[in-house]
Amino acid sequence: MLEYLLKRILYAVPIALGVSLVCFLLVHIAPGDPLVSVLPADASQEMQEQLRAAYGFDKPLPVQFGLWIWRALGGDLGFSIATGRPVAAEVWRAIGNTFMLAVFAAAFGFLLGAFLGFVAGYYRGTWVDRASSALAVAGISLPHYWLGMVLVIIFSVQLNWLPATGAGPGGSADWEWDWAHMRHLILPALTMSVIPLGIVARSVRALVSDILSQEFIDALRAKGLSERGIFLHILKNAAPTGLAVMGLQLGYLLGGSILIETVFAWPGSGFLLGNAILQRDLPLLQGNILVLAMFFVTLNLLVDLVQTWLDPRIKRG
Amino acid sequence: MTAPLVSVEGLRVLFKSADRTVHAVNGVDFALQPGEVLGLLGESGSGKSVTLKALLRLLPASRTTLSGKVTVAGHDVLAMDEKALRQYRGGVVSMVFQEPMLAFDPVFTVGDQIAEAVMRHEDVGKDAARARALEMLERVRIPSAKRRLDAYPHEMSGGMRQRAMIALALACKPQLLLADEPTTALDATVQIQILLLLRELQKEFGMAVIFVTHDVGVAVEVSDRMAVMYGGRIVERGSAADVIRRTAHPYPQGLLASTVHGAMRGTRLEAIPGAPPDLSRMPTGCAFAPRCRLADDTCRSVAPPIAALAPGHEAECHQPRLSAV
Repeated sequence: MLEYLLKRILYAVPIALGVSLVCFLLVHIAPGDPLVSVLPADASQEMQEQLRAAYGFDKPLPVQFGLWIWRALGGDLGFSIATGRPVAAEVWRAIGNTFMLAVFAAAFGFLLGAFLGFVAGYYRGTWVDRASSALAVAGISLPHYWLGMVLVIIFSVQLNWLPATGAGPGGSADWEWDWAHMRHLILPALTMSVIPLGIVARSVRALVSDILSQEFIDALRAKGLSERGIFLHILKNAAPTGLAVMGLQLGYLLGGSILIETVFAWPGSGFLLGNAILQRDLPLLQGNILVLAMFFVTLNLLVDLVQTWLDPRIKRG
Repeated sequence: MTAPLVSVEGLRVLFKSADRTVHAVNGVDFALQPGEVLGLLGESGSGKSVTLKALLRLLPASRTTLSGKVTVAGHDVLAMDEKALRQYRGGVVSMVFQEPMLAFDPVFTVGDQIAEAVMRHEDVGKDAARARALEMLERVRIPSAKRRLDAYPHEMSGGMRQRAMIALALACKPQLLLADEPTTALDATVQIQILLLLRELQKEFGMAVIFVTHDVGVAVEVSDRMAVMYGGRIVERGSAADVIRRTAHPYPQGLLASTVHGAMRGTRLEAIPGAPPDLSRMPTGCAFAPRCRLADDTCRSVAPPIAALAPGHEAECHQPRLSAV
């Protein structure tokens, strides 16, 4: 098992490297000069060259990539062109905020989605199934920025129950565990949970209904198991695939949503990403994407490991 | 004569869906003494597996209508509530399924699945239940049983899985074992081993067995008595010798004629023409009439009476013919 673990972690290294290369190159493929936005319009040729050299943009791409990776390994993602602040600190703070949002959205979406999916799969073909499936499809299809705006109109503008924007009172971007901050989290987290809710509900429904149609369920009934005992069997059979779906969804959530964070002015990584794109802030963009991509790779690795641990049919080693 | 262990009277099973009603079993009667083996023979769709599942009430309640009277070891099967049913299933009656790969839960070890059944029916802890599981695996002669206790179903061969399935079914010493084509999915050599094992364990445990199969050879091998099903009814019944050697109903006659055993090399195999009846549109007369070469107008319009041919040997036919050897 330990050998398998090490092997899987080792496999993740080339994936991470490939992902970083893609992050790096994608940003360079985009047209336009990143320095144009910070340089004054009448800057001399000499000044342009100087700034280019300061950011390392004068070196050949492979060298730039090598330097970038080498520094990134040490936790240095360079400096933002727009603000001049270290990218790592900016990204780290934004990701912390997105993380809060993602965890709450995931907890709500996964629990409710798994419940709805299970009920729909268990009572498949009945009105319970149709009602919960309709809810799931609505969750997948509703444009979530639109839902966010509707929620703001209802709960902030009309009822004045919850704040419409920001991550804390007075526009503070630092998280604290109190009601004043929690209030800000509710609407964006709710909006964000709708998509994973729908997807998890659909997957769990398909899983449960597939498991229930297998012969071993009859065999379990034939040996006198109660429905509760059968539930445990369904759970263990559905867990590997269900967890994989949830892991992927959590990865998407951790990536932050540019749209939702913009609607709610939530100072997370999606918000940061949106700004970096608009300002052509290459170091910030690259750093942000890199960290998010690493999160995704790590999460996938974890899901793989948990799946192997849960499902005896996946060969270890 | 002792009271029968199993008594089935006028059992009917209807499957209802939005657009049609399927008459899967249309009035089946039989009785079984303790320790007796009944072979239930018939082709796919004749209602034999449905009859078995009805005995365990395994058919989905929302889409199925059961009627008639089924008594097993004093239990009124069709009237039992969920709680009584859970005691009955696996405790009084248990079942061996056709495809052991599909009948085991793939993500639990075989030992745990047997122990689960034991703990369900007897007031014992996990250790005692696992000890019983081991004992059962040894009883069905699984090599290095101790190691197999922690094996997952996919780590075993087909024959070994079916042995484990039998161990599971017998773990709580049921009075009646339902075997639903337990050898169909196995290799020919393994089939024989499983049949011999079942017969041996049946004698040892003294339980009654209902053995469903479409293979005449298998049915002869294991049964004391045989019943042949067609279109959801038993069309001929009697001792194994009666049904095989003195076949009266044209359908089992056709079945016997279409087996490869004893056919002359070079001659064409005799097949029964046509296809099994559509169970959602049963004919008014004899269900076999459309495929029967002896059928006349009476057969097509009037349901056949039961013709008693010898003590215990009956056929449902207007013109039973003894093909005595």
